Amino acid sequence: MSATSAAARAHVEHAGHHELGFVRTYIFSTDHKMISRQFLFLGLFMMILGGLLALVVRWQLAWPETPVPGLGGLLKETGGILEPGQYNMAFTMHATIMVFFVIMPILAGSFGNFCIPLMIGARDMAFPVLNMLSFWVTASAGLIMLVGFFVPGGHAAAGWTSYAPLASVIEYSGVNWGQNIWCISLFIMGIGSMMGSINYITTIVNMRAPGMSLFRMPLVVWSLFITAILLLLALPVLTSGVAMLLFDRSLGTSWFRPSGGGEPLLWQHLFWYFGHPEVYILILPAMGIASEILPVFSRKPIFGYHAMAFSMIGIAFLSWIVYGHHMFVSGMNPALGMAFTVTTMIIAVPSAIKTFNWLGTLWGGRIQFTVPMLNALAFVSMFVIGGLSGIFMASTPVDIFIQDTYFIVAHIHYVVFGGSVFGAFAAIYFWFPKMFGRMTNVALGHLHFWPTFVFFNLTFFPMHIIGVGGQMRRIYNPMQYEFLQHQQHWNVVITIGALGLGISQIPFVINFFWSLFAGKKAPLNPWNSTTLEWTAASPPPHLNWGPTLPTVYRGPYEYSSPESTEDFLPQTAPPVHAGARRH
Amino acid sequence: MLNWWLPENVSTYGKDIDWLFHLIYYITGVTFILVAVTMVAFLWIYRDRPGRRARYTHGSTPLEIAWTVVPALILVVLTLLSVPAWSKIKMTQPDTDFEVLVTAKQFNWQMTYPGADGKFGTADDKTLLDEMHVPVNKVVRVILRSQDVIHSFFVPQFRMKQDAVPGREIRQWFEATKPGKYELPCAELCGFGHSGMKGWIYVHTPDDYAKWAAENLTAGEKK
Repeated sequence: MSATSAAARAHVEHAGHHELGFVRTYIFSTDHKMISRQFLFLGLFMMILGGLLALVVRWQLAWPETPVPGLGGLLKETGGILEPGQYNMAFTMHATIMVFFVIMPILAGSFGNFCIPLMIGARDMAFPVLNMLSFWVTASAGLIMLVGFFVPGGHAAAGWTSYAPLASVIEYSGVNWGQNIWCISLFIMGIGSMMGSINYITTIVNMRAPGMSLFRMPLVVWSLFITAILLLLALPVLTSGVAMLLFDRSLGTSWFRPSGGGEPLLWQHLFWYFGHPEVYILILPAMGIASEILPVFSRKPIFGYHAMAFSMIGIAFLSWIVYGHHMFVSGMNPALGMAFTVTTMIIAVPSAIKTFNWLGTLWGGRIQFTVPMLNALAFVSMFVIGGLSGIFMASTPVDIFIQDTYFIVAHIHYVVFGGSVFGAFAAIYFWFPKMFGRMTNVALGHLHFWPTFVFFNLTFFPMHIIGVGGQMRRIYNPMQYEFLQHQQHWNVVITIGALGLGISQIPFVINFFWSLFAGKKAPLNPWNSTTLEWTAASPPPHLNWGPTLPTVYRGPYEYSSPESTEDFLPQTAPPVHAGARRH
Repeated sequence: MLNWWLPENVSTYGKDIDWLFHLIYYITGVTFILVAVTMVAFLWIYRDRPGRRARYTHGSTPLEIAWTVVPALILVVLTLLSVPAWSKIKMTQPDTDFEVLVTAKQFNWQMTYPGADGKFGTADDKTLLDEMHVPVNKVVRVILRSQDVIHSFFVPQFRMKQDAVPGREIRQWFEATKPGKYELPCAELCGFGHSGMKGWIYVHTPDDYAKWAAENLTAGEKK
């Protein structure tokens, strides 16, 4: 460490990054902040695509087999009417893109890269070149995934879960190269995220600033640390699984084909063994982000810091032994289903602990309704709904009925949109000043938040209702079923909500780009926050701090402390008197 | 209720599922209201006002214990309450002499009756496409197979769902309590024809069923 920091000091004194030239600064950069911005742009770009695919799906469900506006040019043969195979492709790719190329790059990729070194007081990641590779490998995987839209036979259409043998035998789905590309892209994406996770773990373990003990780390760093461990352990299972799927498709192996001695359920075991920790990979960083933002704008220490950290550790352990709840009616031994009910019910406890501690943080605070705070509050409230609806599925008998219905679709969107996406918005508004050195526009921020919150609920809440009514997910036309026809008006309501939700993102795009170039210059610490990133310049230079790294004297949430007349005590503020309190 | 709810239940075990569903619905509903009201109240009461300083506290161990133990107890009770229904529906097979072999394929349900000899795989087997006829108040054993991809046998009014997995034979059962005609959609994505892959289950009174069986199941054999 001392040798590198001496070198770093020399580097800083020569105003490092200006020497590097355009390519090394903006494209093949090894600076964690540039890589963070790259991941953010990748994620936001893919979010537009994933969102448009969702709207195509919604159009078909509300007004089945009518021309989708804007698709007349693409689907010339039908005049813009989606065919069943194309519909399957649209929802498959919506989910694939949103999970792997939007949420993961933004939360784990971008904010992992941005927050970890800056908030633990490190000059960069432990392995900067590996970090650069991690982004470019992920971006290549994204590019490969996009190529799939242009191959004959269309892109993968077996759902984002790609259940074998539908996905493993070409004749069953009629999709050839699309599904192969899906496998190859996710294999490469898995390698990219492995590189990132090794980097995160090493950096957090080895490169904390003097005084930054584990239990003085901000909770967002805890959440990213745990996420990185889950990524490291879960993604290899997915990469193995998609490799086996690809071998079944192209080399004639029979991992998942019963006629060759294989077992279709093996795919589900592999996929969900990855898939359930993956759900927590998507939500844990957002939990960390909320835990970061609520104290700042309540001007109050986080309630139950240790309970927050340990509940995330608990979630991380339990996340490995709950995956079977995706398979209650799959043909898996029902006795095993019973065991997974027990673990699934237990994993709700740490989530409950976190929710109550967030409420505890608000209690007695001095709450400021800034745009990042509104998004963080939306995260908490929507996560509560998503968490509670999960209890229905945990009960095996109830799950028999609601498995594979829109109730599940509602649940996952309350967790992944209501949770992860609101968390991502909160993070973008909160760290934008540090990331880009400029403030975002507050009016546009409100114009983005409020319609998004309203239309989000208009879109996803009624999905519970049609799910309880029995509507299956992944069907092309609900009107083909007599028992669903009476609730078709809800599908129209949902689609109108989804269109509104799409339009509500326009102020965000305008705000993002306008602020990037013309926003008010950000001060060092615009939110009067205590954590280390706010002691670096906005935006932080290459290697983040000047010649000396910050020294940490206290915990991350010292707001309204009696030790100070100000309402915040930065982590770098030395103790006022000897024998200072622990926090 | 404006038809906003679960479809009508017409199976014996459906009421156990509905009871649990409603129990969880009320527990989560009350929890949600309590959390939401608390949150909105806090946001209002503790909004930023000049001259106020936030309360400086790092938490409370008794509260942490309380909100760990109480949800844990509720969830343990829910787990225990889920066991009997699950065990009855999926882990036990009531005795019956009424068996139907259901073979799913892209994109149909093939229903095979064993014929007069009561055995499958014999010459008098009778196969119907996308329709199953059963008597009311009779335990029906469904033997599920698939000849291509995974399908899912879903009868909303029976609260019954089970995947049909190629290479496996999965035994399920139901007992319908009301005569009628019930839709049988496939609930697991099975390809481009997944949507619209459906059959009908006709639940007859014993007399009607005997008449139907005489005309459709045994008639062919005598010919």
